[in-house]
Amino acid sequence: MTAALAINGLNRSFGALRVTRDVDLALEKGARHALIGPNGAGKTTLVNLITGVLKPSSGTVALEGADITAWSQAERARRGLARTFQINQLFRGLTVLENLCMTIGERDGNCNNMWRSAGAKRAVIDEALDRLEALRLVDDALKLVRELPYGRQRLVEIAMALAQKPRVLLLDEPAAGVPSSETHLILDVVASLDPDIAVLIIEHDMDVVFRFAREITVLVAGAVFIKGTPEEIRSNEKVREVYLGEAHHHG
Amino acid sequence: MPHLLTIAVSILFDGLAYAMFLFITSVGLSVTMGLMGFVNLAHGAFAMAGGYIVVSLTRSLGIDFVPSLLIASVLIALISVPFERGLYRRLYKSTDLEQVLLTIGLAFMAIATFTYFYGPIPKSVPLPHWLEGDVNLGFRSFPSYRAFLILIGAILITILWYAFERTNIGAKIRAAVDNRRMAESVGINVDRLFTLTFALGSGLAALGGGFAIQLFGLTPYFAVLYLVLFLIVVAVGGLGSLKGTLLAALVIGIIDTGGKYMFPQAGNFFIYAITVIVLLIKPAGFYGRE
Amino acid sequence: MAASETTTAGEAARARAAEYLLRRHYVRWPEALPWLIAVACFFVFPDRMTFGSQVLIMVMFALSLDLILGYAGIIALGHAAFFGLGAYTVALASLKLGWSEPVSGVIAAGIVAGVVGIVAGWFILRYRGLTLLMLTIAFGAMLQEAGNIRSDFTGGYDGLPGLTFDPLLGHFQYDLYGHTAYWYALGVLAVVFFFVRRIVYSPFGQALTGIRENVRRMHSIGSPVHRRLVTVYAISAGIAGMAGALFTQTNAYVTLTVFDFDASAKVMVMLILGGTGRLYGAFVGAAVYMVFEDKLSKMSPTFWQFGIGLMLVLAVMFASRGLLGLAETAWRRIAKRSAP
Repeated sequence: MTAALAINGLNRSFGALRVTRDVDLALEKGARHALIGPNGAGKTTLVNLITGVLKPSSGTVALEGADITAWSQAERARRGLARTFQINQLFRGLTVLENLCMTIGERDGNCNNMWRSAGAKRAVIDEALDRLEALRLVDDALKLVRELPYGRQRLVEIAMALAQKPRVLLLDEPAAGVPSSETHLILDVVASLDPDIAVLIIEHDMDVVFRFAREITVLVAGAVFIKGTPEEIRSNEKVREVYLGEAHHHG
Repeated sequence: MPHLLTIAVSILFDGLAYAMFLFITSVGLSVTMGLMGFVNLAHGAFAMAGGYIVVSLTRSLGIDFVPSLLIASVLIALISVPFERGLYRRLYKSTDLEQVLLTIGLAFMAIATFTYFYGPIPKSVPLPHWLEGDVNLGFRSFPSYRAFLILIGAILITILWYAFERTNIGAKIRAAVDNRRMAESVGINVDRLFTLTFALGSGLAALGGGFAIQLFGLTPYFAVLYLVLFLIVVAVGGLGSLKGTLLAALVIGIIDTGGKYMFPQAGNFFIYAITVIVLLIKPAGFYGRE
Repeated sequence: MAASETTTAGEAARARAAEYLLRRHYVRWPEALPWLIAVACFFVFPDRMTFGSQVLIMVMFALSLDLILGYAGIIALGHAAFFGLGAYTVALASLKLGWSEPVSGVIAAGIVAGVVGIVAGWFILRYRGLTLLMLTIAFGAMLQEAGNIRSDFTGGYDGLPGLTFDPLLGHFQYDLYGHTAYWYALGVLAVVFFFVRRIVYSPFGQALTGIRENVRRMHSIGSPVHRRLVTVYAISAGIAGMAGALFTQTNAYVTLTVFDFDASAKVMVMLILGGTGRLYGAFVGAAVYMVFEDKLSKMSPTFWQFGIGLMLVLAVMFASRGLLGLAETAWRRIAKRSAP
């Protein structure tokens, strides 16, 4: 069966600095895969390579069997690859509703239309409102994104990624920067994601990881350190070392 | 054949002098833009102001040309500090557009002010006799003024290169240009560094302005006329790069001089063409960072 | 989530949100103001109509810049290149091809400028920041110099005087008082504005705003950013070209100074003054600037220049959204105070 997302021998260097080393990763349809590792391990770089923000020095990325290594970000997104950013990347000066409509509009090619008004496509607005309802954001629909508390902004970020109707979803630390009182909102969303979507989540919070993931990859210094099920990883001595070492650093 | 060689040497020499002028005036802009990402379109105004100070010093106070150059540079360097501290500092976080507009506004104000005090007619300065006429370099004679400019340029390049590559401060500047956040987290006081480089760059611009009087004639409009040129040197050379600014200045100086000599009606066409070609191939300039 | 869980409050919020988007593009009554004022000017200042048409032409030029600067966020300082291309298309068509029908001339100028806009934009818009700025400046300057090289063809900086154009719509002769020119310019402006307004409120216009607000996000949701930018750049170039064509037609004269960097900077100042991204900012900014320039720069060009500089500095520091932005803030304060 073709994997939803397959990465083979991915390498990336910045001059003499090798930030990604021979990474192999496969997500099957409906996967729940966590990517963990100490700070600076290159997790976000890996996501950037998968989504096309960075081009690899060598290696391939395949989406549902198609080789997308040379594709632009936008092409990959249209093919069903969506991501959230570690720091919110929203249209802060626009309303929540407009943020969603923009995403849906681009997805359907509605934004190529120069003649009719943006409000004319009722279907777009309805879908946007449906999605906001699902995340309990409808009351904020007309608020400017920058007026929302960070936690709710993060929900909008996820809503936008979901609005792309992705087949593969990459979540880069979805709970990062969210006050602890609001983290459950994010986690509930992640828990209730469509079972058909292949999801890769970068996380630091081990509780989240063990609750959510069926498979875990540990990345250290740009290379895959170890891969396995949550039980295997949890009981692995070497992983504990890597993280204990990290705990000492942070204190 | 000898005739062709003579022309080539002339073009090279004049081009080199032009390049020195471009380098001296633009290097400050390159470093400050590379360091702080701040688009300073008033840079040309500092050069213009320096030139007019030289004019006043030589004509009204009777000070010799070369000391006037020095005094003007120091004065402008000092004057630039309150500008940076008081005004520019607030805009480091602003958008590019706002920086462009504010500094262009300052440039206009400067042009108007100097027009009011000095009038729009080009000014000249009395030169010491050893800068007039030619100097014999053995195989040929060259105009002394330009030879002097080339000499000063070479000295400055050496000093700047040494300061950048070998001193502590130079290392700090290079680090901050490379990655400002990293430099700050390592304890480098980037703000102070910027004031220093800004003052240095403005002082050098004033020096360039002083030299420009006899090369191109000085009018208040110098501030914007040559601004485009400085921006081109900076963009083509790459922000924050000494090497880049020098290379760009040389390329532009020599090709423009040669171009104007062989196709006088083409004007600045070649400069713009070079700019477009280089930027399309290397958008960050020769030694810029992507 | 069952439908029965949706509260009436949620339904109300939903309805409100939908209404807002559906209604956004409706024409509101204040939008008629600038047009009414333009028409009124004809009757109030009948002897300043030559000046009036130039103001309208500048409004159109500023409008074209607003599309790329205000809506798409492209900082370009070489837009006079397209104005000049349009101006010269009409001039040379009249001189060399004997084509002096005005309306078709304007359309042709728009097409020429637009096509050049596509080609130039395709290359230039891959970049941002200083690189883009320098490319736009260099492009405009190159065109000007190229025109100077072939000054036998273009008339150089002395220009091409004595151009003649056919009566408008086969009927209305150009008169000394510029009356025909005024209505002509106003008519073209109205048609262009109609199209620009539609674009701005369309999903495409929305995408432009997205590109301006967060281009990273646009890439990641699958927006063909480069294609959108080139499209809007070409449209903007076409409109600037049409403004240039009107310039030549109403002045019966054109010189290479239409390509000046100064002209590009001036139109940007006008737009900033009025307020970017507001469509009508172009009207306010161009009108205010031209009127003040007409009065003040005659008194003292130096003070005028100082004033412009000062205005820019103050605008950036205190009023970055232009006159319309200030008006909006004032309006909101008044509305707040009058509410109980």
